[in-house]
Amino acid sequence: MQDKAKSPMSSEFSVVGTRPVRPDGVDKVTGRARFGADLNLSGQLTGAVLRSPHVHARVLKIDVSQALALEGVKAVVTQKDFAPQVNSTTAFGEGTLNLMHMLTNVLAGDKVLFHGHPIAAVAATNAAVAKRALKLIKVDYEVLPHVIDVDEAMALGAPLLFPDMITEGVKPAPTTPSNIAKRIDIVLGDVEAGFKVADVIIERSFKTAPVHQGYIEPHACVATVSEDGQAELWVSTQGHWIVRMLCAKLLGWDINKIKVTAAEIGGGFGGKTVVYLEPLALLLSQKSRRPVKMVMSREDVIRATGPTSGSSMTVKIGATNDGRIVAGEALLKYQAGALPGSPVGPGCMCAFAPYDLPNVKVTGYDVVSNRPKVAAYRAPGAPISEYAVEAVVDELAATLKMDPIEFRLKNVAKQGTKAAYGPKFGPVGMAESLEAAKASAHWRTPLGKNQGRGVAAGFWFNIGGETTVSLVLNEDGTLGLTAGTPDIGGLRASLCMMASEELKVPLEKIRVQIGDTNQLGYNFLTGGSRSTFSSGMATVEAARDIKKEAVRRAAKLWELPEEAVEWDSGSGSVRPAGPNAGKHTPMTLVDIARIAGKTGGPIVGYSRLNAHGAAPSFACHIADVEVDPETGKASIVRYTAIQDAGRAIHPSYVEGQYQGGVAQGIGWALNEEYIYGTDGKLQNAGFLDYRIPVASDLPMLDTIIIEVPNPTHPYGVRGVGETCIIPPLAAISNAMSMATGVRFAELPMSPPKVLAALDKARAANTAKM
Amino acid sequence: MAKHHVQTTINGDPIEFLCDTEETLLDVLRNQLNMTGTKEGCSTGDCGACSVTVDNRLVCSCLMLGVEANGKKIGTIEGLASGDKLHPLQQKFLEHAALQCGVCTPGFLVASKALLEKNSNPTETEVRYWLAGNLCRCTGYDKIVRAVMDAAHEIRSA
Repeated sequence: MQDKAKSPMSSEFSVVGTRPVRPDGVDKVTGRARFGADLNLSGQLTGAVLRSPHVHARVLKIDVSQALALEGVKAVVTQKDFAPQVNSTTAFGEGTLNLMHMLTNVLAGDKVLFHGHPIAAVAATNAAVAKRALKLIKVDYEVLPHVIDVDEAMALGAPLLFPDMITEGVKPAPTTPSNIAKRIDIVLGDVEAGFKVADVIIERSFKTAPVHQGYIEPHACVATVSEDGQAELWVSTQGHWIVRMLCAKLLGWDINKIKVTAAEIGGGFGGKTVVYLEPLALLLSQKSRRPVKMVMSREDVIRATGPTSGSSMTVKIGATNDGRIVAGEALLKYQAGALPGSPVGPGCMCAFAPYDLPNVKVTGYDVVSNRPKVAAYRAPGAPISEYAVEAVVDELAATLKMDPIEFRLKNVAKQGTKAAYGPKFGPVGMAESLEAAKASAHWRTPLGKNQGRGVAAGFWFNIGGETTVSLVLNEDGTLGLTAGTPDIGGLRASLCMMASEELKVPLEKIRVQIGDTNQLGYNFLTGGSRSTFSSGMATVEAARDIKKEAVRRAAKLWELPEEAVEWDSGSGSVRPAGPNAGKHTPMTLVDIARIAGKTGGPIVGYSRLNAHGAAPSFACHIADVEVDPETGKASIVRYTAIQDAGRAIHPSYVEGQYQGGVAQGIGWALNEEYIYGTDGKLQNAGFLDYRIPVASDLPMLDTIIIEVPNPTHPYGVRGVGETCIIPPLAAISNAMSMATGVRFAELPMSPPKVLAALDKARAANTAKM
Repeated sequence: MAKHHVQTTINGDPIEFLCDTEETLLDVLRNQLNMTGTKEGCSTGDCGACSVTVDNRLVCSCLMLGVEANGKKIGTIEGLASGDKLHPLQQKFLEHAALQCGVCTPGFLVASKALLEKNSNPTETEVRYWLAGNLCRCTGYDKIVRAVMDAAHEIRSA
């Protein structure tokens, strides 16, 4: 896909749409880039976490005295050392925030709620001493019965995680507690009336397993707190302003006491949007007055961070014989883990969003059970519900003997469609994606033996939010760009390209960095597919700020009114606005930089905004799967991801997002799952048994970038990072059905499950004969 | 117990260090020698982020003890470029956008170099199976495989 390396995708632009080498690239191929665990400070201690050996238990007593007495142990913390928090839930980014729950997740209070739940932390002179200290912390537990499965957790008589949990969103409020934290209802039109006019109605139930974000870099941070309470935190995070806010609230400190620097981040996918170790490291450092480094083991990452929800769902869709969907109904039960806050909300909102439907009813339940609390994972909640809907849509198309793409096109969401969750869509690229799929070479290629082809649609909102960017014009006319959203997959390249495009300054003259929390105003995190959209919008504004200032400075030098000077976007210089303004040689930014001192001082472009108008991104994927009838093993033999990017600033990194989302979706569909024993303990907390796709599992992943520009972004950008994980689940499931003649309704479609389903179908066929 | 005195060669330089028996080569590289280009992703040999070469053989440094480096020649990511010149694999990873977050990249580069030294003209399948011990969660491997094949081509043509 390097063919477009030199020429931009659209003739409007000279830099946008090309494929330059990323500015942080050399550091990342030489080992120079510093990630979370790569910083060491002098006098640094090692922090370690004591975790619950029980799945569900009351904590009767914690005695840390022996641990504290051990030589080399400098501090021990338990939940009592934190500021008390209020049990109140507020909207936050793509999800919700409840500080009491967050504190309980960082360190357990009077109960441990899952195997591996943190209960205390120590800081010691080295890892070996820290490990010995953990063994010396004495905790008295009263073990309680546990519940893991979502349907079992909802059943009457299930062990309760919280004796006072009354389901929110139900009127009148239930009088008895349960594990159901919240019920969500979304209604558009009248589904009962819709089903009455349907010629075909299909209703199916589905289950999906929880899956982990699987970033390769475990959580890591280094904290140092001085004697006067000024703290610095170095951390691998998707949002350092968020880390600062959360730590300040959990610790009861003023925000200005904490400076957070975002390390290079080794993957996040939503999993690094909350805090786990950071408040512990700060508190341990405050108590010991020494820097404290904490790094999570892979086992702890899988056992006690992330994952996203597993689910149990029922979807019912009705259509008329001419292929018009007249009603869609879904019941979605999502595991929240041990504390409320599953992404069932967005799951409900996204479920039917690729379609223009008159009647929709979605009911969602947020259900706690004795598992790690879920964290955001790439389009949180959407892959789950859209998988179930897209599987039923596919079966409906087959029942109506319609082409699955034509059937989707007939019902497609477009500009003006009112989504069930509320808004009317602006210009969107769902139909364009389906048309591109239909026209693709892939769609027309014949299939081999035991192979099947599936398609599925996908939708994700994308978000904007608070953003600050500064752009400094250096004395020699080069530029320093500072953004505040961590660069996880090429953000610096995209921002640099937008600044270069706007100012006509060569890329290598712009140095871009991710600033710390003291260097810029507030920035929301890298998540919600917002960083290229929001920081890009702010970068363009900051560049336009520089242009305005350049005009002012030239006007001052030339002794002209400002309106007599203009920016020439062709040459990237300021010039007199017309013949009446007199003869002055146009000045480039290099010239302007030289006169900055005598015309008013340093020139800094600045933008602080709340980015609105993040437009949704739609996708259609085509998957070819081959199923081995002897083993039940499914292999992806060909894959094409088609998605609307609005505008691809750096097409290689847009393709990379699509390909990465597809690979994660393939893992979700075929391999990945949290496996629990009857003892409630996770049995596969490692990369050997929690198997994410490896290079030999996958083919090349083809991509088609659709560009339906987002009218609210100066360059038309939409977020692209999340939608791409949604379609693979159903596309692969639908392909499996075609390959085997069996409809699958459970993820992952791992070989034992597929083989059992094939054996069952073969036995049924034999019985018929 | 007293620490072990180890004499080794890392990226061509003679290096001496003291380590405990249980310290892995990865611990020594990162914590004692401050060579943090080699990453820790799992410490169980499953992710390949800590890939190094030992006497030209590809090894997960988390599965090898520091004392075992005695008398051996160790190669790490820090030794891939020579002077100002990036190794063709490094250059191709950049050109193909074969990295997103970049944390697995050092391991992939070290592993790919070991492949190309054994097999200068690998097929796509050979590249995929050789790199199956290196996990990447960002890219879906497509651009990594293309970068390795392109680098192999360039090295062969040089």
